[in-house]
Amino acid sequence: MQAVKRFINRMRSKSPWLLHFDCGSCNGCDIEILACLTPVYDVERFGIINVGNPFHADVLLVSGTVNHRNKKVLTNLHAQMPSPKLVVAIGACGLSGGIFREAYNVVGGIHKVLPVDVYVPGCPPKPEAIIDGVVLGLQKLQRLHEQPSVEKEA
Amino acid sequence: MRKTVIPFGPQHPVLPEPIHLKLTLVDERVVEAIPNLGYVHRGLERLADVRDFHQMIQVVERVCGICSMIHAHCYCMGIEELMAVEVPPRAQFLRVIWSEVHRIQSHLLWLGLFADSFGFESLFMQFWRIREKIMDISESTTGNRVIVSVNVIGGVRRDLSAEQTRWLLTELDWVEEQIQRLQTTMMEDYTVKKRTVGKGVLTAQQAYELGAVGPVARGSGLSQDTRQTSYAAYGELYFEPVVETEGDCYARSKVRFREALASVDLIRRALDKLPAGEVRAKVKSLKPPKGETVMRVEQPRGELLYYFKGSGEKNLDRLRIRTPTFANIPPLLAMLPGVYLSDVPVVTLSIDPCISCTER
Repeated sequence: MQAVKRFINRMRSKSPWLLHFDCGSCNGCDIEILACLTPVYDVERFGIINVGNPFHADVLLVSGTVNHRNKKVLTNLHAQMPSPKLVVAIGACGLSGGIFREAYNVVGGIHKVLPVDVYVPGCPPKPEAIIDGVVLGLQKLQRLHEQPSVEKEA
Repeated sequence: MRKTVIPFGPQHPVLPEPIHLKLTLVDERVVEAIPNLGYVHRGLERLADVRDFHQMIQVVERVCGICSMIHAHCYCMGIEELMAVEVPPRAQFLRVIWSEVHRIQSHLLWLGLFADSFGFESLFMQFWRIREKIMDISESTTGNRVIVSVNVIGGVRRDLSAEQTRWLLTELDWVEEQIQRLQTTMMEDYTVKKRTVGKGVLTAQQAYELGAVGPVARGSGLSQDTRQTSYAAYGELYFEPVVETEGDCYARSKVRFREALASVDLIRRALDKLPAGEVRAKVKSLKPPKGETVMRVEQPRGELLYYFKGSGEKNLDRLRIRTPTFANIPPLLAMLPGVYLSDVPVVTLSIDPCISCTER
């Protein structure tokens, strides 16, 4: 059992699957996330795949501000993902609400709704920064595996 | 036959953005589609209360990241009309050049996503590979990849040097050649035709009655392009709208494909005619905008309309934005009945939905 667990943990950090949710962003961050998957940056060579099904995903990439309507969709998606899971907030809007923070329908950054592991700043961040953010998150995941007691709490 | 209701979205693999369609099916065909919007509504128009009219440029750029240049262009044109600012001709041409760069970028993005929607992933990769060159052009001429932020009231923030112009021309040749290379695959491939020809037909009469705009209207045979109103420098450039008559998904993809190539030509002509001189008029001593006006420009997705109301104070009284996808949702609902459930993603994407524009 221990060996199987080790195998799964290894595979998770070597080939993480992403779920992308546009949570009220302006599309700027979304097209940069998609650009990461295409030939110039091509993260698929590292085994990273963008999936549409939250049940298959390890990493949740959220771009944009949370608003009163999609708050519930976002928490649902996060709840459907298997544990351990990573949340990466992308762009200035995901960090704090960005330029929209004073708008009436904006709750604020992703951290108001979900526990965020990595923040990627920029408006929009360049694809290199997004890749760097995911890699940082995976290192965190790896550390969690090495300390089983921490994983239980997480 | 019993009816089935299937939710499509808000989180769906082919949709980069959340839109929810409630599809009523009989057997496997759609009989009714009800859209459910509001997932990315931010309340951006009311930000005019807290930001002054100069700062609003940065806000309207973030209505939509894909066509940020064109939003800012429209906004600046409106404010310039209210303040009676004369924009230097060189700035007008530079605005056209960057708008067209954005149009190519947006159309390539859409062609890729469209190919992905019927499962042709390698074609998606090919279009996005060409698109990266356009992003390089954006980055080296404006400083940013996506949100270019070059527009200011009274002109543009940056100028093109002679060296950059030469470089731009060689890059455009490469882009044009690469796009043309994909023509056989996108337009003549058996599998692509099988998934797009005759799907989601919108007749010219329907398109007119439902108020379709942009490539959706032009794909149905309506020759309607806001660039014909010769705003900015379009009047001095020879320009003809791209029109197809079939009205199906194939025709709409053909319109966008040909438009991308037409935009390359437009940039070349604009670079050729680029007048010398200033790129920015002085506006500091002028009074803030007062009065009402409406401005229309052509976005990659169709006609974009801005309404301005200023009372001579720093903050605008009202800013109203009507985006092309908003106008194209009624035509989409007319296309969907009769379509197989498996074709719904293709038909939905064929209007090039930009939800963050629509909901602001």
